[in-house]
Amino acid sequence: MAISEEDVRKIAKLARLDLSEDEVRLYGGQLLKIIESMAELESLDASSVPPTASVLGLANVLREDEPRPFDDGDALLANAPEREGPYYKVPKVLE
Amino acid sequence: MRLHELSAARIAGGVRSGEFSAQEVLKAFLSRIERDEPRVRAFLALFGEQALEAARAVDAKRAAGDPLGALAGVPVALKDNILVKGVETTCASKILRGHRSAYDAHVVERLRAADAVPLGKTNMDEFAMGSSTENSAFFKTANPWDTGRVPGGSSGGSAAAVAAGFAPLALGSDTGGSIRQPAAFCGVVGLKPTYGLVSRYGLVAFASSLDQIGPLSRTVEDAALALSVIAGHDARDTTSATAAPEAALKSGRGLSGLRVGLPKEYFVSGLDAEVEKSVREAIAALERLGARAVEISLPHTRYALSSYYIIAPSEASSNLARFDGVRYGLRAGEAASLEQLYERTRGQGFGPEVKRRIMLGTYALSSGYYDAYYAKAQRVRTLIARDFERVFAESVDLIAAPTTPTPPFRLGEKLDDPLSMYLSDVFTIPSNMAGNASLSIPCGLTAGGLPIGLQLIGGRFKEGLLLGAARALEAERPFPRLEAAA
Repeated sequence: MAISEEDVRKIAKLARLDLSEDEVRLYGGQLLKIIESMAELESLDASSVPPTASVLGLANVLREDEPRPFDDGDALLANAPEREGPYYKVPKVLE
Repeated sequence: MRLHELSAARIAGGVRSGEFSAQEVLKAFLSRIERDEPRVRAFLALFGEQALEAARAVDAKRAAGDPLGALAGVPVALKDNILVKGVETTCASKILRGHRSAYDAHVVERLRAADAVPLGKTNMDEFAMGSSTENSAFFKTANPWDTGRVPGGSSGGSAAAVAAGFAPLALGSDTGGSIRQPAAFCGVVGLKPTYGLVSRYGLVAFASSLDQIGPLSRTVEDAALALSVIAGHDARDTTSATAAPEAALKSGRGLSGLRVGLPKEYFVSGLDAEVEKSVREAIAALERLGARAVEISLPHTRYALSSYYIIAPSEASSNLARFDGVRYGLRAGEAASLEQLYERTRGQGFGPEVKRRIMLGTYALSSGYYDAYYAKAQRVRTLIARDFERVFAESVDLIAAPTTPTPPFRLGEKLDDPLSMYLSDVFTIPSNMAGNASLSIPCGLTAGGLPIGLQLIGGRFKEGLLLGAARALEAERPFPRLEAAA
Protein backbone atom coordinates (compact mmCIF):
# COMPACT_ATOMS: atom_id res chain seq x y z
CA MET A 1 0.00 0.00 0.00
CA ALA A 2 1.42 3.33 -1.01
CA ILE A 3 0.01 6.66 -2.05
CA SER A 4 2.21 8.49 -4.53
CA GLU A 5 2.18 12.22 -5.08
CA GLU A 6 0.58 11.46 -8.41
CA ASP A 7 -2.25 9.62 -6.59
CA VAL A 8 -2.75 12.63 -4.31
CA ARG A 9 -2.96 14.95 -7.32
CA LYS A 10 -5.49 12.63 -8.96
CA ILE A 11 -7.69 12.55 -5.83
CA ALA A 12 -7.42 16.34 -5.51
CA LYS A 13 -8.50 16.69 -9.13
CA LEU A 14 -11.53 14.44 -8.54
CA ALA A 15 -12.39 16.52 -5.45
CA ARG A 16 -11.89 19.81 -7.32
CA LEU A 17 -9.24 20.99 -4.86
CA ASP A 18 -6.35 23.13 -5.99
CA LEU A 19 -3.42 22.04 -3.79
CA SER A 20 0.05 23.55 -3.46
CA GLU A 21 3.14 21.32 -3.76
CA ASP A 22 3.57 21.53 0.04
CA GLU A 23 -0.01 20.41 0.53
CA VAL A 24 0.42 17.49 -1.86
CA ARG A 25 3.40 16.27 0.21
CA LEU A 26 1.68 16.89 3.56
CA TYR A 27 -1.63 15.25 2.70
CA GLY A 28 0.07 12.36 0.91
CA GLY A 29 1.92 11.40 4.10
CA GLN A 30 -1.08 11.96 6.36
CA LEU A 31 -3.55 10.10 4.15
CA LEU A 32 -1.21 7.15 4.00
CA LYS A 33 -0.97 7.03 7.80
CA ILE A 34 -4.75 7.28 8.19
CA ILE A 35 -5.40 4.60 5.59
CA GLU A 36 -2.76 2.31 7.12
CA SER A 37 -4.53 2.66 10.46
CA MET A 38 -7.61 1.20 8.79
CA ALA A 39 -5.81 -2.03 7.93
CA GLU A 40 -7.43 -3.77 10.92
CA LEU A 41 -10.70 -3.71 9.01
CA GLU A 42 -9.12 -6.19 6.60
CA SER A 43 -8.92 -8.80 9.35
CA LEU A 44 -12.69 -8.74 9.78
CA ASP A 45 -14.83 -10.82 7.44
CA ALA A 46 -18.09 -8.94 6.96
CA SER A 47 -18.94 -10.31 3.53
CA SER A 48 -22.14 -11.98 4.73
CA VAL A 49 -23.34 -8.86 6.59
CA PRO A 50 -25.69 -6.41 4.86
CA PRO A 51 -24.46 -2.80 4.68
CA THR A 52 -26.11 -0.07 6.76
CA ALA A 53 -26.84 3.20 4.98
CA SER A 54 -29.52 4.39 7.40
CA VAL A 55 -29.92 3.20 10.97
CA LEU A 56 -33.64 3.88 10.85
CA GLY A 57 -34.17 1.41 8.04
CA LEU A 58 -36.18 4.01 6.19
CA ALA A 59 -37.54 3.41 2.74
CA ASN A 60 -37.90 6.23 0.25
CA VAL A 61 -40.06 9.06 1.49
CA LEU A 62 -42.37 10.11 -1.31
CA ARG A 63 -44.56 13.15 -1.75
CA GLU A 64 -46.33 14.99 -4.53
CA ASP A 65 -43.98 17.29 -6.41
CA GLU A 66 -45.88 20.48 -5.83
CA PRO A 67 -44.17 23.84 -6.22
CA ARG A 68 -44.41 26.11 -3.20
CA PRO A 69 -43.39 29.75 -3.03
CA PHE A 70 -40.25 30.69 -1.09
CA ASP A 71 -40.86 34.09 0.38
CA ASP A 72 -37.35 35.47 0.18
CA GLY A 73 -35.69 34.34 -3.04
CA ASP A 74 -33.64 37.49 -3.19
CA ALA A 75 -32.01 36.61 0.14
CA LEU A 76 -30.77 33.38 -1.46
CA LEU A 77 -29.46 35.14 -4.57
CA ALA A 78 -27.86 37.86 -2.45
CA ASN A 79 -25.30 35.28 -1.27
CA ALA A 80 -23.93 34.75 -4.76
CA PRO A 81 -20.44 36.18 -5.29
CA GLU A 82 -21.56 37.26 -8.78
CA ARG A 83 -25.05 37.51 -10.19
CA GLU A 84 -26.92 39.11 -12.99
CA GLY A 85 -30.55 39.73 -12.23
CA PRO A 86 -32.11 36.48 -10.95
CA TYR A 87 -29.18 34.36 -12.27
CA TYR A 88 -25.88 33.11 -10.88
CA LYS A 89 -22.97 34.26 -13.00
CA VAL A 90 -20.14 31.82 -13.84
CA PRO A 91 -17.25 31.78 -16.33
CA LYS A 92 -18.25 30.84 -19.86
CA VAL A 93 -18.88 27.08 -20.20
CA LEU A 94 -19.69 26.79 -23.94
CA GLU A 95 -17.96 28.53 -26.79
CA MET B 1 -30.26 37.44 42.35
CA ARG B 2 -27.54 36.23 39.98
CA LEU B 3 -29.66 35.59 36.92
CA HIS B 4 -26.78 34.14 34.89
CA GLU B 5 -26.47 31.26 37.37
CA LEU B 6 -30.07 30.13 36.94
CA SER B 7 -31.03 27.10 34.89
CA ALA B 8 -33.08 27.47 31.72
CA ALA B 9 -36.09 25.88 33.44
CA ARG B 10 -35.84 28.35 36.34
CA ILE B 11 -35.43 31.31 33.95
CA ALA B 12 -38.47 30.30 31.90
CA GLY B 13 -40.50 29.90 35.11
CA GLY B 14 -39.37 33.31 36.41
CA VAL B 15 -40.14 35.05 33.12
CA ARG B 16 -43.58 33.42 32.91
CA SER B 17 -44.45 34.40 36.50
CA GLY B 18 -43.13 37.93 36.09
CA GLU B 19 -40.41 37.52 38.73
CA PHE B 20 -37.98 39.06 36.21
CA SER B 21 -38.17 40.09 32.57
CA ALA B 22 -36.63 38.50 29.50
CA GLN B 23 -34.69 41.71 28.95
CA GLU B 24 -33.21 41.53 32.47
CA VAL B 25 -32.18 37.95 31.82
CA LEU B 26 -30.54 38.86 28.51
CA LYS B 27 -28.71 41.77 30.13
CA ALA B 28 -27.34 39.50 32.88
CA PHE B 29 -25.87 37.06 30.36
CA LEU B 30 -24.55 39.84 28.12
CA SER B 31 -22.66 41.33 31.05
CA ARG B 32 -21.08 37.93 31.75
CA ILE B 33 -20.10 37.74 28.10
CA GLU B 34 -18.65 41.24 28.22
CA ARG B 35 -16.55 40.29 31.25
CA ASP B 36 -15.21 36.88 30.21
CA GLU B 37 -15.58 36.47 26.45
CA PRO B 38 -12.19 38.09 25.71
CA ARG B 39 -10.44 35.16 27.42
CA VAL B 40 -12.84 32.38 26.29
CA ARG B 41 -13.80 33.47 22.75
CA ALA B 42 -16.83 31.17 22.46
CA PHE B 43 -18.81 33.29 19.98
CA LEU B 44 -18.27 33.94 16.30
CA ALA B 45 -21.13 36.46 16.40
CA LEU B 46 -23.56 37.91 18.94
CA PHE B 47 -27.00 38.86 17.72
CA GLY B 48 -27.14 42.21 19.58
CA GLU B 49 -30.21 44.11 18.47
CA GLN B 50 -31.93 40.96 17.15
CA ALA B 51 -31.59 39.28 20.58
CA LEU B 52 -32.83 42.40 22.33
CA GLU B 53 -35.85 42.51 20.03
CA ALA B 54 -36.66 38.87 20.75
CA ALA B 55 -36.45 39.52 24.52
CA ARG B 56 -38.65 42.61 24.19
CA ALA B 57 -41.19 40.58 22.22
CA VAL B 58 -41.35 37.98 25.00
CA ASP B 59 -41.91 40.70 27.61
CA ALA B 60 -44.58 42.33 25.43
CA LYS B 61 -46.33 39.00 25.04
CA ARG B 62 -46.47 38.56 28.80
CA ALA B 63 -47.67 42.13 29.31
CA ALA B 64 -50.48 41.42 26.84
CA GLY B 65 -51.49 38.37 28.87
CA ASP B 66 -50.55 35.85 26.17
CA PRO B 67 -49.31 32.44 27.35
CA LEU B 68 -45.52 31.98 27.12
CA GLY B 69 -43.63 28.96 25.84
CA ALA B 70 -41.42 26.37 27.51
CA LEU B 71 -38.23 28.41 27.05
CA ALA B 72 -39.66 31.86 27.74
CA GLY B 73 -36.86 34.40 27.79
CA VAL B 74 -34.09 31.77 27.79
CA PRO B 75 -31.00 32.92 25.85
CA VAL B 76 -29.76 30.14 23.59
CA ALA B 77 -26.33 29.99 21.91
CA LEU B 78 -26.29 28.28 18.51
CA LYS B 79 -23.47 26.45 16.81
CA ASP B 80 -22.54 28.23 13.60
CA ASN B 81 -23.70 25.38 11.35
CA ILE B 82 -27.35 26.06 12.31
CA LEU B 83 -29.14 28.55 10.05
CA VAL B 84 -30.72 31.66 11.55
CA LYS B 85 -32.52 33.87 9.07
CA GLY B 86 -30.78 37.13 8.26
CA VAL B 87 -27.50 36.42 10.05
CA GLU B 88 -24.22 34.95 8.93
CA THR B 89 -23.73 31.16 8.97
CA THR B 90 -20.09 30.30 8.26
CA CYS B 91 -19.46 26.86 9.80
CA ALA B 92 -16.25 28.61 10.93
CA SER B 93 -15.01 28.37 7.34
CA LYS B 94 -13.53 31.03 5.09
CA ILE B 95 -15.50 29.56 2.22
CA LEU B 96 -18.79 30.67 3.80
CA ARG B 97 -17.68 34.06 5.11
CA GLY B 98 -20.40 36.60 4.39
CA HIS B 99 -23.08 33.94 3.79
CA ARG B 100 -26.38 35.11 5.29
CA SER B 101 -29.08 32.51 5.88
CA ALA B 102 -32.30 33.03 3.98
CA TYR B 103 -34.34 30.93 6.42
CA ASP B 104 -34.40 29.51 9.95
CA ALA B 105 -33.42 25.91 10.71
CA HIS B 106 -36.25 23.75 12.06
CA VAL B 107 -34.72 23.86 15.55
CA VAL B 108 -34.58 27.67 15.42
CA GLU B 109 -38.25 27.83 14.43
CA ARG B 110 -39.00 25.57 17.41
CA LEU B 111 -36.91 27.73 19.78
CA ARG B 112 -38.68 30.88 18.64
CA ALA B 113 -42.10 29.22 18.99
CA ALA B 114 -41.11 28.34 22.59
CA ASP B 115 -40.23 32.02 23.22
CA ALA B 116 -36.48 31.43 23.57
CA VAL B 117 -34.05 34.23 22.74
CA PRO B 118 -31.41 33.26 20.14
CA LEU B 119 -28.24 34.85 21.48
CA GLY B 120 -25.44 34.31 18.98
CA LYS B 121 -23.39 31.89 16.90
CA THR B 122 -20.69 29.80 18.54
CA ASN B 123 -17.26 28.83 17.31
CA MET B 124 -16.64 25.31 16.02
CA ASP B 125 -14.20 23.18 14.10
CA GLU B 126 -14.60 24.08 10.42
CA PHE B 127 -17.65 22.23 9.06
CA ALA B 128 -17.77 20.34 12.40
CA MET B 129 -14.62 18.38 11.56
CA GLY B 130 -12.46 18.15 14.64
CA SER B 131 -12.33 17.52 18.35
CA SER B 132 -10.82 20.72 19.73
CA THR B 133 -12.40 23.70 17.90
CA GLU B 134 -8.84 24.54 16.82
CA ASN B 135 -9.88 23.88 13.21
CA SER B 136 -11.97 27.07 13.18
CA ALA B 137 -10.73 29.27 10.35
CA PHE B 138 -11.20 32.35 12.53
CA PHE B 139 -9.82 31.83 16.07
CA LYS B 140 -9.40 29.29 18.82
CA THR B 141 -11.78 28.96 21.77
CA ALA B 142 -10.37 28.35 25.25
CA ASN B 143 -11.66 25.90 27.83
CA PRO B 144 -13.17 28.11 30.58
CA TRP B 145 -11.77 25.75 33.26
CA ASP B 146 -8.20 26.22 32.00
CA THR B 147 -7.65 28.66 29.17
CA GLY B 148 -4.47 26.86 28.10
CA ARG B 149 -6.60 23.86 27.12
CA VAL B 150 -9.08 23.08 24.37
CA PRO B 151 -12.84 23.11 24.97
CA GLY B 152 -13.20 19.99 22.83
CA GLY B 153 -15.05 19.97 19.56
CA SER B 154 -16.51 20.33 17.25
CA SER B 155 -19.23 22.12 19.29
CA GLY B 156 -16.52 23.69 21.46
CA GLY B 157 -17.95 27.21 21.37
CA SER B 158 -21.37 25.98 22.53
CA ALA B 159 -19.84 23.95 25.38
CA ALA B 160 -17.55 26.79 26.46
CA ALA B 161 -20.44 29.30 26.35
CA VAL B 162 -22.54 27.18 28.72
CA ALA B 163 -19.61 26.42 31.04
CA ALA B 164 -18.61 30.09 31.24
CA GLY B 165 -22.15 31.20 32.09
CA PHE B 166 -22.68 33.04 28.78
CA ALA B 167 -25.92 31.14 28.13
CA PRO B 168 -27.92 28.60 30.14
CA LEU B 169 -28.48 26.56 27.01
CA ALA B 170 -26.79 25.96 23.67
CA LEU B 171 -27.37 23.79 20.64
CA GLY B 172 -24.62 21.81 18.97
CA SER B 173 -24.39 18.99 16.45
CA ASP B 174 -22.91 15.54 16.98
CA THR B 175 -21.59 13.42 14.10
CA GLY B 176 -18.97 11.38 15.98
CA GLY B 177 -19.08 12.93 19.46
CA SER B 178 -19.18 16.65 18.72
CA ILE B 179 -21.71 17.42 21.48
CA ARG B 180 -20.67 14.87 24.11
CA GLN B 181 -16.88 15.26 23.88
CA PRO B 182 -16.86 19.08 24.37
CA ALA B 183 -19.56 18.71 27.06
CA ALA B 184 -17.21 16.34 28.91
CA PHE B 185 -14.24 18.68 28.44
CA CYS B 186 -16.18 21.74 29.65
CA GLY B 187 -18.03 20.08 32.55
CA VAL B 188 -21.56 20.48 31.15
CA VAL B 189 -24.40 18.19 30.06
CA GLY B 190 -24.47 17.26 26.37
CA LEU B 191 -27.14 15.13 24.70
CA LYS B 192 -26.92 13.46 21.30
CA PRO B 193 -30.47 12.42 20.48
CA THR B 194 -31.36 9.29 18.56
CA TYR B 195 -30.73 9.71 14.84
CA GLY B 196 -33.93 11.08 13.31
CA LEU B 197 -35.44 12.49 16.51
CA VAL B 198 -34.48 16.11 15.73
CA SER B 199 -34.88 17.50 12.21
CA ARG B 200 -31.68 18.38 10.35
CA TYR B 201 -33.49 20.94 8.18
CA GLY B 202 -31.27 24.02 8.25
CA LEU B 203 -28.23 22.22 9.67
CA VAL B 204 -25.30 22.47 7.25
CA ALA B 205 -24.65 18.83 6.37
CA PHE B 206 -21.36 17.11 7.28
CA ALA B 207 -22.17 13.37 7.26
CA SER B 208 -25.90 13.08 6.74
CA SER B 209 -26.38 9.53 8.05
CA LEU B 210 -24.67 10.45 11.34
CA ASP B 211 -25.37 14.17 12.04
CA GLN B 212 -27.79 15.00 14.83
CA ILE B 213 -28.58 18.28 16.62
CA GLY B 214 -28.79 18.30 20.41
CA PRO B 215 -28.61 20.50 23.51
CA LEU B 216 -25.78 21.46 25.88
CA SER B 217 -26.77 22.74 29.32
CA ARG B 218 -25.74 22.94 32.95
CA THR B 219 -28.50 20.68 34.27
CA VAL B 220 -30.06 17.45 33.07
CA GLU B 221 -33.52 19.00 33.44
CA ASP B 222 -32.55 21.72 30.95
CA ALA B 223 -31.33 19.17 28.40
CA ALA B 224 -34.68 17.37 28.71
CA LEU B 225 -36.57 20.65 28.39
CA ALA B 226 -34.61 21.68 25.29
CA LEU B 227 -35.12 18.25 23.72
CA SER B 228 -38.88 18.46 24.27
CA VAL B 229 -38.84 21.73 22.32
CA ILE B 230 -36.64 20.68 19.36
CA ALA B 231 -37.69 17.03 18.89
CA GLY B 232 -40.40 16.00 16.50
CA HIS B 233 -41.22 15.06 12.95
CA ASP B 234 -40.42 17.49 10.15
CA ALA B 235 -41.30 16.54 6.57
CA ARG B 236 -38.48 18.78 5.24
CA ASP B 237 -35.92 16.27 6.59
CA THR B 238 -36.61 12.96 4.87
CA THR B 239 -34.75 11.09 7.63
CA SER B 240 -36.91 12.65 10.34
CA ALA B 241 -38.51 9.91 12.42
CA THR B 242 -42.28 9.77 12.45
CA ALA B 243 -44.21 9.32 15.68
CA ALA B 244 -41.06 8.72 17.71
CA PRO B 245 -40.98 11.65 20.15
CA GLU B 246 -43.68 10.45 22.55
CA ALA B 247 -41.78 7.29 23.39
CA ALA B 248 -38.40 9.02 23.44
CA LEU B 249 -39.52 11.82 25.72
CA LYS B 250 -41.38 9.62 28.18
CA SER B 251 -39.69 10.36 31.44
CA GLY B 252 -37.51 7.63 32.87
CA ARG B 253 -38.03 5.94 36.21
CA GLY B 254 -34.72 6.88 37.84
CA LEU B 255 -32.25 4.14 38.57
CA SER B 256 -34.02 1.61 40.75
CA GLY B 257 -33.76 -1.82 39.19
CA LEU B 258 -32.00 -0.63 36.03
CA ARG B 259 -29.35 -2.87 34.55
CA VAL B 260 -26.31 -0.83 33.57
CA GLY B 261 -23.80 -2.38 31.18
CA LEU B 262 -20.08 -1.63 31.45
CA PRO B 263 -18.54 -2.46 28.08
CA LYS B 264 -15.12 -3.97 28.69
CA GLU B 265 -13.94 -2.53 25.36
CA TYR B 266 -14.35 0.99 26.83
CA PHE B 267 -12.24 0.30 29.93
CA VAL B 268 -8.96 -0.41 28.23
CA SER B 269 -5.32 0.61 28.37
CA GLY B 270 -5.09 4.12 26.99
CA LEU B 271 -7.89 5.23 29.26
CA ASP B 272 -6.51 7.94 31.54
CA ALA B 273 -6.26 6.73 35.16
CA GLU B 274 -8.03 9.75 36.63
CA VAL B 275 -10.84 9.48 34.07
CA GLU B 276 -11.29 5.79 34.86
CA LYS B 277 -11.33 6.40 38.62
CA SER B 278 -13.92 9.15 38.33
CA VAL B 279 -16.14 7.13 35.97
CA ARG B 280 -15.96 4.07 38.27
CA GLU B 281 -16.97 6.26 41.23
CA ALA B 282 -19.97 7.50 39.26
CA ILE B 283 -20.89 3.90 38.45
CA ALA B 284 -20.64 3.02 42.16
CA ALA B 285 -23.09 5.87 42.79
CA LEU B 286 -25.45 4.43 40.16
CA GLU B 287 -25.36 1.15 42.10
CA ARG B 288 -26.06 2.90 45.41
CA LEU B 289 -29.13 4.39 43.74
CA GLY B 290 -30.46 0.95 42.90
CA ALA B 291 -28.94 0.13 39.52
CA ARG B 292 -27.18 -3.15 38.91
CA ALA B 293 -23.90 -2.92 37.01
CA VAL B 294 -22.89 -5.82 34.77
CA GLU B 295 -19.90 -6.23 32.51
CA ILE B 296 -20.83 -6.55 28.85
CA SER B 297 -18.96 -6.89 25.58
CA LEU B 298 -19.40 -4.88 22.40
CA PRO B 299 -16.90 -6.88 20.38
CA HIS B 300 -16.82 -4.69 17.25
CA THR B 301 -15.92 -1.50 19.12
CA ARG B 302 -12.33 -1.67 17.89
CA TYR B 303 -13.49 -1.30 14.29
CA ALA B 304 -15.70 1.75 14.91
CA LEU B 305 -13.06 4.45 14.53
CA SER B 306 -11.72 3.11 11.21
CA SER B 307 -15.12 2.56 9.67
CA TYR B 308 -16.28 6.00 10.87
CA TYR B 309 -13.27 7.63 9.21
CA ILE B 310 -14.34 6.04 5.95
CA ILE B 311 -18.08 6.72 6.15
CA ALA B 312 -18.04 10.27 7.54
CA PRO B 313 -15.43 11.68 5.12
CA SER B 314 -17.14 9.89 2.21
CA GLU B 315 -20.43 11.57 2.99
CA ALA B 316 -18.61 14.87 3.63
CA SER B 317 -16.81 14.76 0.28
CA SER B 318 -20.21 14.56 -1.38
CA ASN B 319 -22.01 17.09 0.86
CA LEU B 320 -19.25 19.69 0.57
CA ALA B 321 -19.28 19.54 -3.22
CA ARG B 322 -21.88 22.32 -3.10
CA PHE B 323 -19.27 24.84 -1.93
CA ASP B 324 -17.99 25.80 -5.34
CA GLY B 325 -17.87 29.58 -5.48
CA VAL B 326 -21.13 29.93 -7.40
CA ARG B 327 -24.04 30.24 -4.99
CA TYR B 328 -22.57 31.45 -1.71
CA GLY B 329 -19.50 32.70 0.08
CA LEU B 330 -16.02 32.90 -1.32
CA ARG B 331 -15.14 32.98 -5.02
CA ALA B 332 -11.52 32.88 -6.11
CA GLY B 333 -10.83 35.55 -8.69
CA GLU B 334 -9.24 35.28 -12.14
CA ALA B 335 -10.41 31.80 -13.09
CA ALA B 336 -10.15 30.97 -16.78
CA SER B 337 -12.74 28.19 -16.67
CA LEU B 338 -15.55 26.95 -14.47
CA GLU B 339 -13.44 24.00 -13.38
CA GLN B 340 -10.59 26.28 -12.35
CA LEU B 341 -13.07 28.46 -10.47
CA TYR B 342 -14.19 25.41 -8.46
CA GLU B 343 -10.64 24.23 -7.77
CA ARG B 344 -9.25 27.60 -6.75
CA THR B 345 -12.24 28.58 -4.63
CA ARG B 346 -12.13 25.27 -2.76
CA GLY B 347 -8.34 25.31 -2.51
CA GLN B 348 -8.40 28.76 -0.94
CA GLY B 349 -11.62 28.42 1.02
CA PHE B 350 -11.24 25.13 2.91
CA GLY B 351 -8.85 24.64 5.82
CA PRO B 352 -6.44 21.70 6.24
CA GLU B 353 -8.69 19.27 8.13
CA VAL B 354 -11.58 19.79 5.71
CA LYS B 355 -9.28 19.22 2.73
CA ARG B 356 -7.88 16.10 4.40
CA ARG B 357 -11.34 14.64 4.90
CA ILE B 358 -12.57 15.54 1.42
CA MET B 359 -9.47 13.80 0.03
CA LEU B 360 -10.00 10.77 2.28
CA GLY B 361 -13.66 10.51 1.30
CA THR B 362 -12.95 10.98 -2.40
CA TYR B 363 -10.31 8.26 -2.19
CA ALA B 364 -12.64 5.84 -0.36
CA LEU B 365 -15.40 6.38 -2.92
CA SER B 366 -13.19 6.31 -5.98
CA SER B 367 -13.31 3.56 -8.54
CA GLY B 368 -11.30 0.52 -7.48
CA TYR B 369 -11.41 1.34 -3.76
CA TYR B 370 -15.16 1.62 -3.16
CA ASP B 371 -15.70 -2.03 -2.17
CA ALA B 372 -12.56 -2.25 -0.05
CA TYR B 373 -13.39 0.90 1.92
CA TYR B 374 -16.86 2.37 1.72
CA ALA B 375 -18.88 -0.80 1.18
CA LYS B 376 -16.82 -2.62 3.80
CA ALA B 377 -17.27 0.19 6.32
CA GLN B 378 -21.03 0.11 5.86
CA ARG B 379 -21.04 -3.63 6.58
CA VAL B 380 -18.93 -3.08 9.68
CA ARG B 381 -21.39 -0.40 10.71
CA THR B 382 -24.09 -3.07 10.76
CA LEU B 383 -21.97 -5.20 13.10
CA ILE B 384 -21.43 -2.25 15.45
CA ALA B 385 -25.17 -1.51 15.53
CA ARG B 386 -25.94 -5.21 16.15
CA ASP B 387 -23.59 -5.25 19.16
CA PHE B 388 -25.74 -2.58 20.80
CA GLU B 389 -29.05 -4.13 19.71
CA ARG B 390 -28.00 -7.46 21.21
CA VAL B 391 -27.05 -6.13 24.67
CA PHE B 392 -30.14 -3.93 24.87
CA ALA B 393 -32.36 -6.86 23.90
CA GLU B 394 -30.68 -9.40 26.16
CA SER B 395 -29.02 -7.95 29.19
CA VAL B 396 -29.02 -4.21 29.95
CA ASP B 397 -31.22 -1.10 29.96
CA LEU B 398 -28.40 1.35 29.41
CA ILE B 399 -24.63 1.50 29.12
CA ALA B 400 -22.22 3.56 31.24
CA ALA B 401 -18.73 4.43 30.01
CA PRO B 402 -16.22 7.25 29.87
CA THR B 403 -17.12 9.95 27.32
CA THR B 404 -13.47 10.55 26.39
CA PRO B 405 -10.23 8.63 27.01
CA THR B 406 -8.51 11.69 28.53
CA PRO B 407 -9.27 14.99 30.24
CA PRO B 408 -9.07 18.14 28.05
CA PHE B 409 -5.70 18.40 26.32
CA ARG B 410 -3.55 21.47 25.75
CA LEU B 411 -4.14 23.89 22.89
CA GLY B 412 -1.89 22.83 20.02
CA GLU B 413 -1.08 19.44 21.55
CA LYS B 414 -2.71 17.30 18.85
CA LEU B 415 -3.13 19.78 16.02
CA ASP B 416 -0.37 18.36 13.82
CA ASP B 417 -1.27 14.73 14.42
CA PRO B 418 -4.70 13.97 12.90
CA LEU B 419 -4.76 10.34 14.05
CA SER B 420 -4.15 11.23 17.67
CA MET B 421 -6.91 13.87 17.46
CA TYR B 422 -9.30 11.29 15.98
CA LEU B 423 -8.75 9.00 19.00
CA SER B 424 -10.41 11.61 21.21
CA ASP B 425 -13.78 10.40 19.85
CA VAL B 426 -13.13 6.67 20.15
CA PHE B 427 -15.85 6.17 22.82
CA THR B 428 -18.47 8.46 21.27
CA ILE B 429 -18.31 7.35 17.62
CA PRO B 430 -19.95 3.92 18.08
CA SER B 431 -23.23 5.53 19.20
CA ASN B 432 -23.39 7.64 16.05
CA MET B 433 -22.72 4.57 13.94
CA ALA B 434 -25.64 2.80 15.65
CA GLY B 435 -27.92 5.86 15.86
CA ASN B 436 -28.27 5.49 19.64
CA ALA B 437 -29.40 8.06 22.17
CA SER B 438 -26.41 9.07 24.24
CA LEU B 439 -25.41 11.80 26.67
CA SER B 440 -22.44 13.02 28.68
CA ILE B 441 -22.77 14.37 32.20
CA PRO B 442 -20.05 15.77 34.44
CA CYS B 443 -18.82 13.16 36.92
CA GLY B 444 -15.82 14.77 38.58
CA LEU B 445 -12.60 16.73 38.25
CA THR B 446 -9.00 15.66 37.89
CA ALA B 447 -6.55 16.58 40.65
CA GLY B 448 -5.64 19.52 38.42
CA GLY B 449 -9.27 20.69 38.33
CA LEU B 450 -10.22 19.57 34.81
CA PRO B 451 -13.71 18.21 34.06
CA ILE B 452 -14.39 14.52 33.40
CA GLY B 453 -17.51 13.21 31.66
CA LEU B 454 -19.58 10.07 32.18
CA GLN B 455 -21.30 8.80 29.07
CA LEU B 456 -24.68 7.08 29.27
CA ILE B 457 -25.82 5.24 26.14
CA GLY B 458 -29.30 3.95 25.49
CA GLY B 459 -31.02 2.26 22.59
CA ARG B 460 -32.77 4.27 19.91
CA PHE B 461 -35.49 6.57 21.29
CA LYS B 462 -34.51 5.86 24.91
CA GLU B 463 -33.82 9.51 25.78
CA GLY B 464 -36.34 9.47 28.63
CA LEU B 465 -34.63 6.52 30.27
CA LEU B 466 -31.20 8.15 29.92
CA LEU B 467 -32.31 11.54 31.17
CA GLY B 468 -34.11 9.95 34.14
CA ALA B 469 -30.98 8.05 35.12
CA ALA B 470 -28.79 11.13 34.62
CA ARG B 471 -31.12 13.22 36.75
CA ALA B 472 -31.00 10.73 39.61
CA LEU B 473 -27.21 10.74 39.47
CA GLU B 474 -27.11 14.56 39.35
CA ALA B 475 -29.27 14.73 42.49
CA GLU B 476 -26.98 12.29 44.30
CA ARG B 477 -23.70 13.87 43.17
CA PRO B 478 -24.17 17.54 42.17
CA PHE B 479 -22.03 18.54 39.20
CA PRO B 480 -18.88 20.55 39.90
CA ARG B 481 -19.51 24.18 38.95
CA LEU B 482 -16.92 26.47 37.47
CA GLU B 483 -17.83 29.24 39.92
CA ALA B 484 -17.13 26.94 42.84
CA ALA B 485 -13.84 25.85 41.31
CA ALA B 486 -12.64 29.35 40.43
